[in-house]
Amino acid sequence: MIRGKAWVFGNDVDTDVIIPGPYLRTKDLKSLAAHAMEGLDPEFACKVQKGDVIVAGKNFGCGSSREQAPLALREAGVSCVVARSFARIFYRNAINVGLPVVEVDLKCEEGDEVEVDLAQGTVTIGDRTYQGTKLPDFLLEILQDGGLVAHRRREKEGVL
Amino acid sequence: MAGQTLSEKIFSRASKKEVRAGEFVMADIDKAMVHDITGPLAVKGFHEIAGEDAKVWDPSKIVILFDHQVPADSLNAAKNHLLLRNFGKEQNIFNYDVFEGVCHQVMPEKGHALPGKLIVGSDSHTCTYGALGAFSTGIGSTDMASVFATGKLWFMVPQTLRLMADGRLPSRVTSKDLVLRMIGDIGADGATYMTCEFAGSVVSRMKMPERMTMTNMAIEMGGKTGLMEPDEIALAYLRERVDDLDEDAVLHGDEDARLDERIWDVDDLEPQVAVPHNVDNVRPVGDLVGTKIDQVFLGSCTNGRFEDFELACEVMKDEPLAQGVRMIVIPASRTEYMKALRAGLVEQFMESGAIVESPCCGPCMGGSFGLLGPGEVGLSTSNRNFRGRQGSPDSFVYLCSPATAAAGAVTGEITDPRDF
Repeated sequence: MIRGKAWVFGNDVDTDVIIPGPYLRTKDLKSLAAHAMEGLDPEFACKVQKGDVIVAGKNFGCGSSREQAPLALREAGVSCVVARSFARIFYRNAINVGLPVVEVDLKCEEGDEVEVDLAQGTVTIGDRTYQGTKLPDFLLEILQDGGLVAHRRREKEGVL
Repeated sequence: MAGQTLSEKIFSRASKKEVRAGEFVMADIDKAMVHDITGPLAVKGFHEIAGEDAKVWDPSKIVILFDHQVPADSLNAAKNHLLLRNFGKEQNIFNYDVFEGVCHQVMPEKGHALPGKLIVGSDSHTCTYGALGAFSTGIGSTDMASVFATGKLWFMVPQTLRLMADGRLPSRVTSKDLVLRMIGDIGADGATYMTCEFAGSVVSRMKMPERMTMTNMAIEMGGKTGLMEPDEIALAYLRERVDDLDEDAVLHGDEDARLDERIWDVDDLEPQVAVPHNVDNVRPVGDLVGTKIDQVFLGSCTNGRFEDFELACEVMKDEPLAQGVRMIVIPASRTEYMKALRAGLVEQFMESGAIVESPCCGPCMGGSFGLLGPGEVGLSTSNRNFRGRQGSPDSFVYLCSPATAAAGAVTGEITDPRDF
């Protein structure tokens, strides 16, 4: 179960505002995290606490294929992104780097306590529980392993 | 049972079973491309998955090139180039290095994009190669790492949305105006995870560069790829570039395939402009006439080809740039640069006061040079106008055709290119 405080954003949050182009020179995860969401809120990286949840509207993560976008959010401490819909490259990338994503339409205020049951695809805020899109089992397994790299290594080591 | 769409046929071939939209498949990848921004993470992921001494699944199916930060514009960029250069050497992968230009021009131009094939690139505009009848799509670095290791990737077979355009485009109204109008009507997520199949009499008459402008922009309406039925024009383009082109391997969609369709009549289409900060915020140029411009960018994988430059030069004639306006011209590849050079277009741009750069992505993704400062306005032939995309988060990018960009360069404000 994932529990965290909500940071609320609107529709069409693109990968250029999640991690602006000038910061793509580095593979250093800490410096990616320091600029997470900078295009929309330059203070976000300082304010976000480990475990917090991003709640957004439609088409979250539209734009480029840069995997640095979900990496920056994960490294900044974001535990899950809940959105009405996702752009598909971001959706795959998030799962691949072990950042949980849930597609669901819900009402949420900034700062609300959000509880996400990934296996069920549900999100609970106060006394309201919303049913979102449940991930297929093979994607849940990738997330449970912490991303595609760890998942493939487990496969290779014959654990699976 | 209904027939299959072109993308269903490509996924059936690549997964060795007959599949339809909505099914999950594990598919064999025919070609994989990485560049200098997303490649280093893919290499890191590959070693983490497969081991430090591991070999890629098939070096002949991978292409490396550098285009986003070339020539190396910082020490970090130089280190990224070095990492990929060494990886290419160790793994025996062909590397175009800094020499040839922007990936989405170089891949078709050098014969890597073939009809009926499944192609992935670690760049969202990989959807461009669908203009040649390939299913090509952008993926992230970890997916690419997995492709390097196994040559396979999972997909959900996408539904097809056919975007039909009939009629004749008026003079100085281009395929860019048409695709911007389509994006405006469909919305930034209106085709999420769909194959955007462009068709109709207008598309059939277009040459390859105009077609690639359209498939390039499919991602801007959420499309998994842009696609066109490979016809004689596409095959002629391929025959010039591929010695052993297997024309029997070319796939076509069935007439009774299940798909959705939207139709546009283009006879009265005006030049279109995407207004900050969303690509689907599209308005006719007439609504924006008089908007002051600081910088014009003519280039990118969307509109950096010889034909785009020819049209821009025709609009600009011998006029100098407007007072206070900068114009950056960047050919999409060395080949396109040479064509422009031989035709005297580079000279004409330089005479007007424009800066002509060597082939690269330039200001398009804001990670290199030619950036906009706070409050500045850019008019650009590229594909995205997101906040901060070409520099300061407080700058403004308007997207348009090469004709509209050229008209703006000489007047200093957004101008209808048909008035020239």
